[in-house]
Amino acid sequence: MNPLGWIAGFWRGRRIPLSWLLLTRQPVRLAVALAGISFAGILMFMQLGFRDALFDASVTVHKMFNTDLVLMSPRTKSSISMAGFPRRRLVQTLADPEVAGISPVHWNLLLWRNPQTRGTRSILTLGFEPGDPLFLDPELSEKATLLTQKGRVLFDERSRDEFGPVAKWFRQGRTVESEVAGKRLRVAGLFAVGPSFGADGNLLTSSETFLSLLPSTPAGSIELGLIRLNSGADAEKVAARLRQQLPKDVIVYTKDGFIEMEKDYWRSSTAIGFIFTLGAGMGFVVGCVIVYQILYSDVSDHLPEYATLMAMGYSLITLLGVVAREGLLLAVLGYLPAYGAGQLLYGVVQNATKLPVAMSNDRAVIVFTMILVMCMASAALAMRRLGDADPAEIF
Amino acid sequence: MAAAIKVSGLSHWYGEGSMRRQVLQSIDLTIEAGEVVLLTGPSGCGKTTLLTLVGALRQVQAGEVKVFGEELNGSSRSQRQQLRRRIGMIFQGHNLLRCLSSEQNVQMGSDLLPDLSYRARRDQAREWLRAVGLGDHLGKLPHDLSGGQKQRVAIARALAAHPQLLLADEPTAALDKQTGREVVELLQRLAREQSCAVLMVTHDPRILDVADRLVQMEDGRLSVSSLALQAG
Repeated sequence: MNPLGWIAGFWRGRRIPLSWLLLTRQPVRLAVALAGISFAGILMFMQLGFRDALFDASVTVHKMFNTDLVLMSPRTKSSISMAGFPRRRLVQTLADPEVAGISPVHWNLLLWRNPQTRGTRSILTLGFEPGDPLFLDPELSEKATLLTQKGRVLFDERSRDEFGPVAKWFRQGRTVESEVAGKRLRVAGLFAVGPSFGADGNLLTSSETFLSLLPSTPAGSIELGLIRLNSGADAEKVAARLRQQLPKDVIVYTKDGFIEMEKDYWRSSTAIGFIFTLGAGMGFVVGCVIVYQILYSDVSDHLPEYATLMAMGYSLITLLGVVAREGLLLAVLGYLPAYGAGQLLYGVVQNATKLPVAMSNDRAVIVFTMILVMCMASAALAMRRLGDADPAEIF
Repeated sequence: MAAAIKVSGLSHWYGEGSMRRQVLQSIDLTIEAGEVVLLTGPSGCGKTTLLTLVGALRQVQAGEVKVFGEELNGSSRSQRQQLRRRIGMIFQGHNLLRCLSSEQNVQMGSDLLPDLSYRARRDQAREWLRAVGLGDHLGKLPHDLSGGQKQRVAIARALAAHPQLLLADEPTAALDKQTGREVVELLQRLAREQSCAVLMVTHDPRILDVADRLVQMEDGRLSVSSLALQAG
């Protein structure tokens, strides 16, 4: 049957929308139910949002590189403990016909002195050749040329406030100087990345400056090697080839693998995933309890009416369908405000924490699914009450 | 055509073990299609039990109950549910759905009719409400109707499913004399137009004259002296 015919048939055969009327003719109860469901939904949105944002924030630096493959030391487990490997391994990759270019990167956490309060705090510092096309953002590559002068750094303006009012002073035209690892440095410009798990702030500088800050670095040792491939090259294939050719003192990741490795680290080595998933789970349970209470008392209140309908010849299945549809309506009506409030709160949280919290389609679908399961499970439990509707008792 | 109701040797018990108590004792009763029968008797004598058994609301324990020729003893839950679609019921309390307007309440009855469009069922619902004199109260909730009006909506709802048998349990109990009389006369007239059999339990002596036949019940037995009254 064609869909239009089906819709016409459905419309023609429709009955009184009992579920809708049961809900809407008791506006107070409906409002309480929707408030409860929305609250549960908002809780889930926030918890899952925080979780994903924390994981996403851990890779904002990773994402900004213009690279297809990366080389790292096998001892490197995360961005807060980058181990060095011989730079010549990176140079070796140039032998592959698909490799278009390479960029060595130094990567370490250094102590930054707040120029206002003189307190120190560790900041993620990257050192690279200022001329390299290292970043996806051409503006940033442009700015990086400022670093050719020794002792200059670019400061992440979205770094946490504890690093001092660097961005504000810089914009006011002041010369901002501070001390990193005991050496005096001048801020040559700003860029925007934001804090992550491992680092409260970020600093970019040239390899030369970087090595002067860490004179103990063994010669020819780098923490990260970026490999750019010819356009159209299959990154997976080249990675597999390089893995075979290179000795075991380096590992080759694709860019996605590099990002996943970092996320995996935080996922498995911290309780964050567990805590926030548990938080979302609590929202789910609270929602279940509320919806169950509402539907159960709704069925109980209308028990004589359900019994009347059974006496009239309506089947138990039809009545179970009424309760199920109530659950479905509650899920949809409760989700919409939760979605709106979620969007709003994400904005608020983003402003306050500088974490990349935003609505994603995946999360929107997950939360809706959870609300749907919550409402339908509660409806299924409330349906058991319908078994008590005895049409023989209503005479 | 089979009799609307044919009951023979019907007995029924409530309770278990030593608490077991017989409420119906070997009842025999036949109601022909289109016949209006009134069932009277003191309260607790088993009238309502008989009504629920005939209305396929309760499992028959012993004896025979045939409704439209269909045996109810040993019937399944779904058989009884299907049969109930052909039986209209009017209750002591009106038992209207509080969240539905009168029109929607009546349509809950006509919604049971197969193969009719929504519009047709709604028009029938309106027609029935006009027939019971509530054409001006289509959109009102039960809450806003008087007792007599509610009972008339209940009658419209029962008749909207085109039943061949109407069971009514003290439909006038909650109504004053005047209204009760009107409601019962309406019920009788509409049932007659549909050639629908009616079995009505009542205590109300003022309405006995609408019946074709009067049946008395006492202590779970029907008295033999069923006197025939012919209205008109």
